[in-house]
Amino acid sequence: MYEIVEGFLEAIRLIVTLDPDVMAIAARSIAISLTATIVASLIAVPLGAAINFGTFPGRKSLINLIQTLYSLPTVIVGLLIFLLISRVGPFGFMRLLFTPTAMIIAQTVLILPIMTGLTISALSGVDPVIRDTLRSLGATRLQFLVNILKEARFAILATVAVGFGRAISEVGAAILVGGNIAASSFASSTRVLTTAISLETSMGNISQSIALGLVLLAIALGVNLAITTVQHR
Amino acid sequence: MIELENVSKYFGDTRVLDGVTGKVNQGEIFAVIGPSGSGKSTLLRLIDLLDTPTGGTIRVDGTDIHAEQRNLSIRRMMGMVFQKPAVFNATVAENVAVGLRFRGASKSEIHTRIEEALDMVGLAGYGERRARTLSGGEMQRVALARAMVIEPEILLLDEPTANLDPVSVATIEDLAVRINRDLGTTIVFSTHDMYQGQRLAHRIGVLMNGVFAQVGTPREVFTLPASREVARFVGIENIVEGVVVGENAAAVVDAGGVRIRARSPFEAGEAVSLCIRSEDIRIAVADGAAAAPGRNALPSTVTSVVPRGPFSRVTVDCGFALSSILSWKAVDNLGIREGSRVVVSFTPESVHVVRRE
Repeated sequence: MYEIVEGFLEAIRLIVTLDPDVMAIAARSIAISLTATIVASLIAVPLGAAINFGTFPGRKSLINLIQTLYSLPTVIVGLLIFLLISRVGPFGFMRLLFTPTAMIIAQTVLILPIMTGLTISALSGVDPVIRDTLRSLGATRLQFLVNILKEARFAILATVAVGFGRAISEVGAAILVGGNIAASSFASSTRVLTTAISLETSMGNISQSIALGLVLLAIALGVNLAITTVQHR
Repeated sequence: MIELENVSKYFGDTRVLDGVTGKVNQGEIFAVIGPSGSGKSTLLRLIDLLDTPTGGTIRVDGTDIHAEQRNLSIRRMMGMVFQKPAVFNATVAENVAVGLRFRGASKSEIHTRIEEALDMVGLAGYGERRARTLSGGEMQRVALARAMVIEPEILLLDEPTANLDPVSVATIEDLAVRINRDLGTTIVFSTHDMYQGQRLAHRIGVLMNGVFAQVGTPREVFTLPASREVARFVGIENIVEGVVVGENAAAVVDAGGVRIRARSPFEAGEAVSLCIRSEDIRIAVADGAAAAPGRNALPSTVTSVVPRGPFSRVTVDCGFALSSILSWKAVDNLGIREGSRVVVSFTPESVHVVRRE
């Protein structure tokens, strides 16, 4: 019990003194997950819009499939990307395994279904009268889409937050394709908050783990606060 | 201006419109009235190109609008306000500006036009408010300003006052009349409120069973309904079934053994419905002076006296049921109560005869 309390106090000290190791890991986590979220948004929002407003055979089944993939296990994504980019895989020549890029790819794939699905929900949640109003005001197809997205902006923002939250908190894919490597340079290291917590805990560095855990929680809290603030404006 | 030719619309197996034919003239206010679910909204949506008809043709200024490739330019001739007040999640000014933005209007033009439009609907100074914080009536006025700012030639109003309080209803009605009078905008509006149709419209189309059961001026529709169903819908309480037994200008109709004189174009033997407005029926005490010559005078028994606002509705049995509207004072003076013996009378002219389907 004493060890836990001591670990907790030490964790506070590491955060307050802006311990370089802890800060570097936190910054790397944010950079990797944020990039993955941006890439996923650029794919998910147009894709979600296309599926929502499109009429094609199998549309319902596609939406069902997307919703099933919400709970895609992170290790399965990790394994899939690992197989694709490992030396013997089809993309092995790109030498991406155990790089931050590999982690970005894995996290993008991981959050793509949930972001696409939530984008569809956000767009279909727009009042049908609003859709009719836009059309009756003489919107072109593009003007219509832009304005519907504008109308759904808070719901889409929440979608982005959910995506970022899932990306930064997952550990399975990050450790499989990233490898939790602490290299000499910031950019080539693949040690992020979740993988570091996993490693430090197994090595008995409780205070380091708690400190990293608190930072992770703080990031999640910060994202939520930001979203709530924007939505109430 | 707008010509409807045999327009039909099916949703799956459900027939909503089944051959609507009619014409809306330039510069008039045309009301589409009919019971809920009669297809009023569907008809307006077809005109605004929001839905495609299953059959038939809709022409605007001679152009078949659903056959045209330049749907956008035709739609941009029209503005529409929907039953449910809906505003974009933005300021009032941004809401009103949307249609102008779509048309690529300049910033300064948008600014001036927004001011004018908000002024017109009585929302001057509301520009910077969040539209979602307004009341239903105010939102509907924003919707009207938003539709009008683009200066449409045709304004479509789909039950625009159905969800509003009486004061907002009066405001919207007043605006519609002013828009039509001052700007010459052709207005087509739908309503299930027949009195609203009467108040606002130059002409009314009564939509029933997927077709216009009657098209005419409010006076024609309300006093000379084309069918039993229209009569019922426009609030004629007394509809009596009978058979014409004598012809010529003042025909005699046998209604279950009671003979009624009426003006009728129908020949003897024709099955008809007699439509008699409650307010045209007089009630006198049974032993009073004889009714004026020429009037139908039927001895009856009062079956009920029901208060209705400042009036009472008195229903009598004279072989069939008839009801009349009397002031409370008249009821008191006549000493009428359930079971009283009375004489009801009405002129042959106040009996409107329609053929029974």
